[in-house]
Amino acid sequence: MNAPLALDTQGSMPLRDSRFTVPGMRCAGCISKIERGLAKLEGVDAARVNFSAKRVAVRHHARLGEDDLVEAIAAIGFEAQSVADNPMARDDRESAALMRALAVAGFGMMNIMLLSVSVWSGAEGVTRDLFHWLSAMIALPVVAYAGRPFFASAAMALRHRRTNMDVPISIGVLLATGLSLYETIAGTGHAYFDSAVMLLFFLLAGRALDATMRNRTRAGIGALLSRMGRSAMVLDESGAHRTVAAEDLERGMLMIVAAGEALAADGVIEEGETTLDNAMLTGESAPQAARVGDTVYAGAINLGNAVRVRVTEAASDTALAGIARLMDEAGQSRSHYVRIADRASRLYAPAVHSLALLAFAGWMIAGAGWYQSLVIAIAVLIITCPCAMGLAVPAAQVVASGALAKNGLLVKDGSALERLAEIDTALFDKTGTLTVGEPVPALGHLTDRQAAIALALARTSRHPLSKSITRALEGRGVQPVDLSSVQETGGNGVSAVFGGIAVALTRPDTDGFRIATGLRIGDEVTNIAFDDPVRHDAQATLDELAAAGIESAVVSGDRAGPVSAVAGDLGLEWKAELHPDAKLAHIEKLKSAGHHPLMVGDGINDGPALAAAHASIAPGSASDVSQQAADAVFLGRSLRPVVLAVRVARRTMRIVRQNFTFAIVYNVFAVPLALAGLVTPLIAAVAMSLSSLVVVGNSLRLARAAQ
Amino acid sequence: MSGLAFLIPIALGLGMLGLAAFFWAMKRGQFEDLDGAAQRILIDDEEDER
Repeated sequence: MNAPLALDTQGSMPLRDSRFTVPGMRCAGCISKIERGLAKLEGVDAARVNFSAKRVAVRHHARLGEDDLVEAIAAIGFEAQSVADNPMARDDRESAALMRALAVAGFGMMNIMLLSVSVWSGAEGVTRDLFHWLSAMIALPVVAYAGRPFFASAAMALRHRRTNMDVPISIGVLLATGLSLYETIAGTGHAYFDSAVMLLFFLLAGRALDATMRNRTRAGIGALLSRMGRSAMVLDESGAHRTVAAEDLERGMLMIVAAGEALAADGVIEEGETTLDNAMLTGESAPQAARVGDTVYAGAINLGNAVRVRVTEAASDTALAGIARLMDEAGQSRSHYVRIADRASRLYAPAVHSLALLAFAGWMIAGAGWYQSLVIAIAVLIITCPCAMGLAVPAAQVVASGALAKNGLLVKDGSALERLAEIDTALFDKTGTLTVGEPVPALGHLTDRQAAIALALARTSRHPLSKSITRALEGRGVQPVDLSSVQETGGNGVSAVFGGIAVALTRPDTDGFRIATGLRIGDEVTNIAFDDPVRHDAQATLDELAAAGIESAVVSGDRAGPVSAVAGDLGLEWKAELHPDAKLAHIEKLKSAGHHPLMVGDGINDGPALAAAHASIAPGSASDVSQQAADAVFLGRSLRPVVLAVRVARRTMRIVRQNFTFAIVYNVFAVPLALAGLVTPLIAAVAMSLSSLVVVGNSLRLARAAQ
Repeated sequence: MSGLAFLIPIALGLGMLGLAAFFWAMKRGQFEDLDGAAQRILIDDEEDER
């Protein structure tokens, strides 16, 4: 049904694959609308939606740019953003490897169990030996294959003279397998292949689950940081142009950046003068002027004239790529998973090892014989494996971050959830935080004729102000007029002819403080001012915060007038004209008074406050500094993720405490039993696996917490 | 007892078959888009009806 629609018209043109994230997909209708809409587009060979990842892969002719496709998807009715070549490929491979190991372990476990059950139910003599041999033949390759993730991690830890959770697991599995093999060869009647393989299976189930959650969380960060230009037009010494992919750009190359293009590398302007949209780096929505000698950064969008830029940093050295890397590192839940688990096992793992050793020594002294002592030691090693303890925190945090990511909030660090849970005061910046931070035109004063002309002009331009005029007017159902000889001159707007009259969208006739554009029809100029409206659900979010016992206030660097207007509307206390250090001082004052303040802000001026606050959240439109300083980043136009974050964080900490209690109770009961020699390695493996599964299962309850 | 000589290889063979099928499915990307597969069943085949 969703067969790719082939187009032969282009014949031998090279095909290219592009990927886009489309967060707005919600139903089957969206899938078919996007796939069919794109397939109808000339130059598109095939489009395939991945609904789970909210992504579209498009195979298209090279002459069709990514921007054209984004616009095409926008025309279908969805907001799209292009993503770099499958950034998740590495993670996908890792989780695929885990799934394969899990399948192999599952296969081995079932077959060995089948044989073990016959042995338990009384198979004797030759049959029993035969079954043990069969078990060994299944178990050895299975352990070798499915155990690799653990062995590799344990070997890595040991090479660095550390110990982690995987060390006792590896020792337990290898000892149990080795001992069983010895038993089988000696024909003495006991084998624990089932324990070893079952342990691997349940542990892998936990790991695979964790990897899946992690991938989902990271997908969002990838989308956020995919705005860097993909390629650039490079001029070489002979004067020839060629297109070079962003990763192949080198220092010293001269790029020609056309109007509407995103910069693909950092550089210095050598020729030309333009305005840039630097929102990606600074969070400022107002365009910034740039002239010869100015440094410009990858990710900025050229709004004005074509400029020549000498590359100073390219590919992975750009400021933007640096941010991406830092955020990626911070956002990798793997890192806090390992960190917390390692912190726990740094104390716990040596204790387990010595406990097992003591058990062995103790039973040897008691005269139990080396075989029995070894079996007891293995049982102790397996049963006390710190998995439940190690999983208690990360399992809950990973599930909670996944649930929040689905709702547009990316938590960068596991400890952020702990701190978010303790919040009792919230401070909001105004511009870009309580407000959308994007210009919305005030169009009420335009006549129908003016509106139709404005739309016709704005439609032809890619300037953000033009785009927002187009959105607003199309939303009101205005029909554009037909224009002739449309021209866009960078920095000067769009001009055209309508019915013999020169019309233009250009600079306003006043040079006021606010962002504005002028609509010129003949000689008459009408100004269109742009406002920055309050987020639509700001009031509801603040009410919910209040209901959760959190006091909110506005702290802004803006002038008192606008701040008091917004704060008054929302019924908040406010402080205006605060410098960054004054915001910082305010936070410090609250902290010394015993409060735990949450800072929500986007500007560079909020950076110190974000870093100092007990917890902090920045909108996705914020500057790089703010996004790095903040514990979490929320996407989209809604403010609701802020209150969700606090609520989910509180739920998470409750679950974490439950998990810890359970893990401690389990160990208090299980360890003495194992030490007393009352537990066989099989029961130990079942008990340990069950305890891990209980912890993971309890954490999974958080998946629905964000709804 | 001689039945075991057949039954065990059959049991193992079936298990291996299942494992091979799973590996094949993973390689073919059958698990890439689980939610999407659930939604796609609702898409009408005929495009021009609406």
